Amino acid sequence: MRYIPTTPEEREYMLRLIGVRSVEDLFADVPDSVRLRRPLRLRPALSDPEVLRYLGALANRNAHADRLTCFVGAGAYDHFVPPAVWQLVGRGEFLTAYTPYQAEIMQGELQATYEYQTMVCELLGMEVANASMYDGASALGEAAVMARDLTKRDRVVVSRAVHPEYRQVLRTYTEPLGIRVVELPHEAGTTPPGPRELNGRTAAVVVQHPNFFGCLEDVRGWAEAAHGAGALLVVACSDPLAFGLLEPPGALGADIIAAEGQPLGNPLNFGGPYLGIIATRQEFVRRMPGRLVGATVDRHGRRGFVLTLQTREQHIRREKATSNICTNEALNALAAAVYLSLLGPQGVRQVAELCLRKADYLKSRVAELPGFQLPFRAPTFHEFVVRTPRPAEALVRALIREGFLAGLPLGRFYRGMRDCLLVAVTETRTREEMDRFVEALERACRRGRQAVGGRVL
Amino acid sequence: MRDFPLIFEQSVSGRRGFGLPDPDVPARPLEELVPQQALRRRPPALPEVSELDVVRHYTRLSHRNFSIDEGFYPLGSCTMKYNPKLHEEVARLPGFARLHPYTPEELAQGALQLLWELGEELRELAGMDAVTFQPAAGAHGELVGLLVIRAYFASRGEKRTRVIVPDSAHGTNPATAAMVGYEVVTVRSDARGNLDLVALEEHLDERTAAVMLTNPNTLGLFEEQVDRIAERVHAAGAQMYLDGANFNAMVGITRPGDQGFDVMHMNLHKTFSTPHGGGGPGAGVVAVKSHLEPFLPVPVVVREGDRYRLDFDRPQSVGRVRAFYGNFANLVRAYAYLRTVGAEGLRAVAEHAVLHANYLRVRLAPYYEIPYDRICKHEFVASGVRQKRRDGVTTRDIAKRLLDYGFHAPTVYFPLIVEEAIMIEPTETESLQTLDAFVDAMVAIDRECQEDPEKVRTAPHTTAVGRLDEVRAARSPDLRWKPA
Repeated sequence: MRYIPTTPEEREYMLRLIGVRSVEDLFADVPDSVRLRRPLRLRPALSDPEVLRYLGALANRNAHADRLTCFVGAGAYDHFVPPAVWQLVGRGEFLTAYTPYQAEIMQGELQATYEYQTMVCELLGMEVANASMYDGASALGEAAVMARDLTKRDRVVVSRAVHPEYRQVLRTYTEPLGIRVVELPHEAGTTPPGPRELNGRTAAVVVQHPNFFGCLEDVRGWAEAAHGAGALLVVACSDPLAFGLLEPPGALGADIIAAEGQPLGNPLNFGGPYLGIIATRQEFVRRMPGRLVGATVDRHGRRGFVLTLQTREQHIRREKATSNICTNEALNALAAAVYLSLLGPQGVRQVAELCLRKADYLKSRVAELPGFQLPFRAPTFHEFVVRTPRPAEALVRALIREGFLAGLPLGRFYRGMRDCLLVAVTETRTREEMDRFVEALERACRRGRQAVGGRVL
Repeated sequence: MRDFPLIFEQSVSGRRGFGLPDPDVPARPLEELVPQQALRRRPPALPEVSELDVVRHYTRLSHRNFSIDEGFYPLGSCTMKYNPKLHEEVARLPGFARLHPYTPEELAQGALQLLWELGEELRELAGMDAVTFQPAAGAHGELVGLLVIRAYFASRGEKRTRVIVPDSAHGTNPATAAMVGYEVVTVRSDARGNLDLVALEEHLDERTAAVMLTNPNTLGLFEEQVDRIAERVHAAGAQMYLDGANFNAMVGITRPGDQGFDVMHMNLHKTFSTPHGGGGPGAGVVAVKSHLEPFLPVPVVVREGDRYRLDFDRPQSVGRVRAFYGNFANLVRAYAYLRTVGAEGLRAVAEHAVLHANYLRVRLAPYYEIPYDRICKHEFVASGVRQKRRDGVTTRDIAKRLLDYGFHAPTVYFPLIVEEAIMIEPTETESLQTLDAFVDAMVAIDRECQEDPEKVRTAPHTTAVGRLDEVRAARSPDLRWKPA
């Protein structure tokens, strides 16, 4: 059998030693009424080359980001991943290790996680970051529960300019605990700070920065408003590379940051595995969910690293734990650490600046096209909303034929935005690609006009 | 000896490890693009190192890590089986790894078909009717399972407030119940290591939403009365949840759906061989019976003729527990595994996992206490009590000494109901020769406990660092490097 080394002779030897006659005897404790008395009905087993061929054929049916030029972001970004990242992360020593329970033989993983925690703190301007969560959205759900525990209040106010899927997850995590979620409308793409919806029951205000529409929020203003009401400010973020250039939320008064770390060296992977980042202030560390790595010394006084403050966690505290999380996204956190090491302070700034400048170029070019408008005035980072002369869904379909993944049609998430497209530009897009994209957009709209006798569909 | 350097300690101002393009668009002043006050004032103190520095640093760190690729990893409850290299290659194909989650469905048919086919296989293995791929890990799957159960009762206008877990349960079970707002009731195990049916019945009533079981349980023993437990639980109107961490012991032998479970999670990073990555990512597919299907998270993968799509229109759904669709790359690996191993192979997996565990149990029994010494499933729990009483050496010491012998230690001090617990799971992918070498090491350590206990108490001696001071780490937490 594939991946089972035991020979028939060895099997007989082991059975004899155990003192049973057959393998069947090893299952005598399984009640007959629940035994499966027929073979499993599965697809036939394949040889190794056949597996590669069959799954390769499935992979080939997908229009991945090397086939279509990618202008879609919305929580998953096509940044350049230096080959060194996954050649290092993919080493069997990292890939096939379990959680570092035996610290003395897991110093590699533990030290890398300590370095990762430090890099995340530096990038986000925060005091403490954990070893990782599942993704940005679930990190936000956990952040809201953490805010409830810290403030003993039961309301969370969330901007509608937070990623719609993150808001759905926020509701799933908070609803069973009796936490009420109140949504704040966005005004022209941002959420102006105001104490109106805040009161003595507000545990946290949640804004995303840059927000789902790519616009910069007034994080400092929100920090003042939240703190004025005795609430915490939770800042969500779907691309932490923004803070290579922008002032990070930690420096603007955020109390908890829940971010998506996919952009830090992780592949698109059709949505996962990604990397949940959670960071907070030192004073809140004992209410944090998830694993933390800390430095200590060994019996000879040498520096070493261990999992620490574990009395917050499920294996010790059970129903009183801060979260049920056990397995996290350690390998993706390692990728982020390697990526940020390669980039350094200059690299993250350069990537962020390239994203910003290129996105601005495309934004200006698209705005000049007949029938296209920019509905929001607020400054943006690497993503922006454009109002299109044809329904955005139809436009995306037309652009696929031209070789582009044009963006995310916002009608699926926002009523009244069927003619809005969310477009992202990373450092991997070139001016030439953007110029061709603009031409293709123009062509698609011209064709759309001709197709329906001059009426814009 | 010098401390092993941090990447930050190798930083030299001005050094670079990247090759990014120059801007190819007009260079407008930054202040025209974003307001001055929005710009970062102090750069992040990330390391400034060359690519070679980075490659050497993380390669050297990898040498300070133990992995399945290096040696035997008998970590109970974690199913540390071999992670085939073929499946890594498949998961990294650009058609999977470079696929954006918002690619229109008609252009992601291969990915959706893969999910559909994987779902069919897992439903058959579980004896269940529907699956969701969304959970990122086992505990995340538990969360989904209990949310689904809660929504099911809400739809029937029933308010049930309690979840029952055995005292041998993984910590995630009670922690999950609390996250979903349930009160946790703990039920003891009986003398044979099974859930105590009498104790269970004392607690089962109209307040009970679910009973969460692990089967085989964390003692490595099959719940011999699982059919009767299910009967009682259902008679009380409650639901049966299976923590599928130990699914490896029963694939192809018995199906959770046939045992009476209504919902279960499977750890694809255990039973279906996706690598654990030093703590994650995992994947915790949840499978349910048809009465729970309407409540699964959105979206669900559906097939219509020869097309596949994501169904978001599910009004009774519990919602989402994460963005997008799940830990897709691990779902690819798991499907590759299922297709490589096949039906007969999977049954052989369970048989050999159980055979190997029983072999180790019998060989170690003369040297270590085995509190529940009967035929076990894929793992068993030994105890270090004999060594503790006789030699003053603890299970922790024995575990640390094993590291010197080149093995990862078993899971220790779990389950909580066994004193000085040593939980051993060899898996089906280890050879007889490896199992024998492990027995030799355990026997040698038992001898050392008697002849030179100090050597065991101060272990490990040959590792990158000696025994670490965990108390100090927790007392004065140092959770990040700080620039001087």
